[in-house]
Amino acid sequence: MKVVFREIDGNSKGFMALLGVLGLLIAIALGATYYMEHNGHWVTGMNNQIVWGMPHVFAIFLIVAASGALNVASISSVFNRKIYKPLARLSGLLAIALLAGGLMVLVLDLGRPDRLIVAMTYYNFKSIFAWNIILYNGFFAIVAVYLWTMMERKVNKYSKPAGIAAFTWRLILTTGTGSIFAFLVARQAFDAAILAPTFVIMSFSYGLAVFILVLFAAYKWTGRPLGDVVVNRLKNLQGVFIAAVFYFFAVYHLTNLYATEHHGIESFILSADNIYSTLFWVGQILIGTLIPFALLFLPATSKSRFWIGTAAVLVIIGGMAQMYVTLIGGQAYPLVLFPGYDVSSSFHDGVVNEYVPSLAETLLGVGGFGVALIATTIGVRVLRFLPESLADSVVDPDHHKAA
Amino acid sequence: MTTENNIDAYRRKFVGGGLAAAAGIAIAPGVILNSVAQAKPADKPVDDSVRWGILIDANKCDGCNDCVTACNEEHGLDNYTNSNESQRTQYIRVVNLRDKATGHEQALPVMCQHCETPPCVDVCPTGASMRRADGIVQVNMHICIGCRYCMMACPYKARSFVHEAITDQRPSSPRGKGCVESCNMCVHRVDNDEQPACVVACNKHHAEDEPAMFFGDLRDENSEISKQLKKFGGKQIRADLGLNTGVRYRGL
Amino acid sequence: MRLTLVNKMTPVLTGLVSLMLTATVFAAPPMPEIPKGKGEQCVEPTEEMRVNHMKKIKHQRDLTVIEGVRTKKHSLKECIDCHVIPDETGAYPKIGTDQHFCSTCHNFASVNIDCFSCHATKPEESDSMHSMTGMNPHQNVDMSGSINQLSQRELDIATSEKRQ
Repeated sequence: MKVVFREIDGNSKGFMALLGVLGLLIAIALGATYYMEHNGHWVTGMNNQIVWGMPHVFAIFLIVAASGALNVASISSVFNRKIYKPLARLSGLLAIALLAGGLMVLVLDLGRPDRLIVAMTYYNFKSIFAWNIILYNGFFAIVAVYLWTMMERKVNKYSKPAGIAAFTWRLILTTGTGSIFAFLVARQAFDAAILAPTFVIMSFSYGLAVFILVLFAAYKWTGRPLGDVVVNRLKNLQGVFIAAVFYFFAVYHLTNLYATEHHGIESFILSADNIYSTLFWVGQILIGTLIPFALLFLPATSKSRFWIGTAAVLVIIGGMAQMYVTLIGGQAYPLVLFPGYDVSSSFHDGVVNEYVPSLAETLLGVGGFGVALIATTIGVRVLRFLPESLADSVVDPDHHKAA
Repeated sequence: MTTENNIDAYRRKFVGGGLAAAAGIAIAPGVILNSVAQAKPADKPVDDSVRWGILIDANKCDGCNDCVTACNEEHGLDNYTNSNESQRTQYIRVVNLRDKATGHEQALPVMCQHCETPPCVDVCPTGASMRRADGIVQVNMHICIGCRYCMMACPYKARSFVHEAITDQRPSSPRGKGCVESCNMCVHRVDNDEQPACVVACNKHHAEDEPAMFFGDLRDENSEISKQLKKFGGKQIRADLGLNTGVRYRGL
Repeated sequence: MRLTLVNKMTPVLTGLVSLMLTATVFAAPPMPEIPKGKGEQCVEPTEEMRVNHMKKIKHQRDLTVIEGVRTKKHSLKECIDCHVIPDETGAYPKIGTDQHFCSTCHNFASVNIDCFSCHATKPEESDSMHSMTGMNPHQNVDMSGSINQLSQRELDIATSEKRQ
């Protein structure tokens, strides 16, 4: 059977309700932004010690997930896996939507969001941040072209080179995002080159988890068939990615544990009585790694859509916890200006920095998810992103015949 | 290097706007210098023939906080109304140290260390975080977007973010909501051939004694700061980072 | 359907618009009353400043911040020093009110400026705090007397010391 792409039917009450809920999330986020920007950042929990807070946790998660969401398309175009081909368009759409959501949060948290034009016109090319601005804009353009080559028959033949370009670009992009932290020589928790590839692996896992959930929701709510072949492939891939993320974090922490210099930050994250080690062990490791991994591979749960979906949700929760630990934990641990000394001052030298996120900054972050999901919802409504059927007979006719 | 490139970028923008000619006329007419002893005429750009630096004698520092008070007044940093204690700006602070091994206690002021290769300048996406040719590191607030990446990058916690709208700024120290700021070695005073406010306050405190802070040109062998450094040495905070700071410490 | 409605309405709309325009012409908008500055003449001819002041200030701002050029001629601080004059009570006009030199025209032209989220809106020495270095004659009467001011200042320093 041929794969037929068709817009979803957007007249149902459920569709309108979904748009309404997502729209509300965005409206609330914009309200929160107005409140924060009108008053200034004193209304947030951020301060001169924890300079990046909840908005950045959400924004960086979304940006990382964005490049990961493109993976499904890359596997089909770059690595010629036919079975992923029907999923490629949604993958591209989701990548653009997630990036848009993440960037919105990042930009709206700036001290001077009104000066966005400055960020687009003045570039310091030594800044990895400036490079990221270029990489993000390029990502939009390249993935848009890639989608076009997939969706317009006349340019179909270019979809492979476009896919390779997008794949290469997304690898560079996530390396760049990781390097935002990896290049911070002064901070004990950062300043590690392994953070760059770790972010790439994180993107694989988090992006795929979002993709699985959107796919499940779209096919369940539209009543379109979704066969086990696709689901099983995605499930196994998700399991591998979870393990890979775990491996990279194990290496990161073991390397730090080897150097006495880093024992302070490691015990702060791993064994101190604080929110960060709780989030690390319960959030990142238990909820984000062990439970979903078990759910995906235990015979009792691995066949169930419900449990696979649950595993994807847990991966996202674990991913948020990991971002919080990496980002906020890395800032909460005091900078070491004078090794070997106990220090104190009026400017929080030598003390663990406190951070209590405010409601406004959290709602701004949630709004990023709202933007990503509403863009996806509207995308699949107006353009042909979703196959009418992902039944086994459609996606894998040979396999079907053999069976 | 980065700073110079940014200046070039600015220049190109002016030429693009057809303003170069107007600029030439604007600065050409004879300008009255307000001080005969001025090292640099007001209409000349700073260059790298000087590098401003500060030497702090930690042995003499008694933690009196006069430098902090002077700085706060010079830059008008006390005009917050809403920011909580961890959100308020500090350009300079007194850090109390206690050697874990020996129990020896001392105090010293820490501010922007005016690195030769500043991490804040490297990471700033717009080039707002900049190093002047004469070694002064500062924020060009006109193009600061408030992303705070420089605060993440600074090894010295030298930077603050303005968390609220402020009024009644000092005319010579403009600052406002949403931008990052830090010690600029009192650039408006230095350009006017005066010493930074903290140095003045410190040496006033030690008036009976020998000076505890020296300000001057690190490139000039005959400047007092260079002589002192040559004779007694001067350490950098976190010298391991290789940033070649313009602020040096004795007795650290 | 809607298009035809618009077509029918066109003459009416045109009439309304021209009526409004005529009304505007007759009731000529009140021109801004520009506060007079110190001295006889600005650093440039008035016509030149009206058209190009923003370019000059912006150019000077980059020269000053990036290159350390400290000529006063086109500096914003110098604009404020000459053009923002206190009233009879010694109070300076607030930015945003029609009495402030910058706001007078900018309110009139509805052009937003971002200068004063950071820059001082009035000359230095307007309050007793900084009177030490002051040479500005515009002091509040009850703030006069240098001895009072000095002790006030010392008090400020003392209290801010404690606050640290």
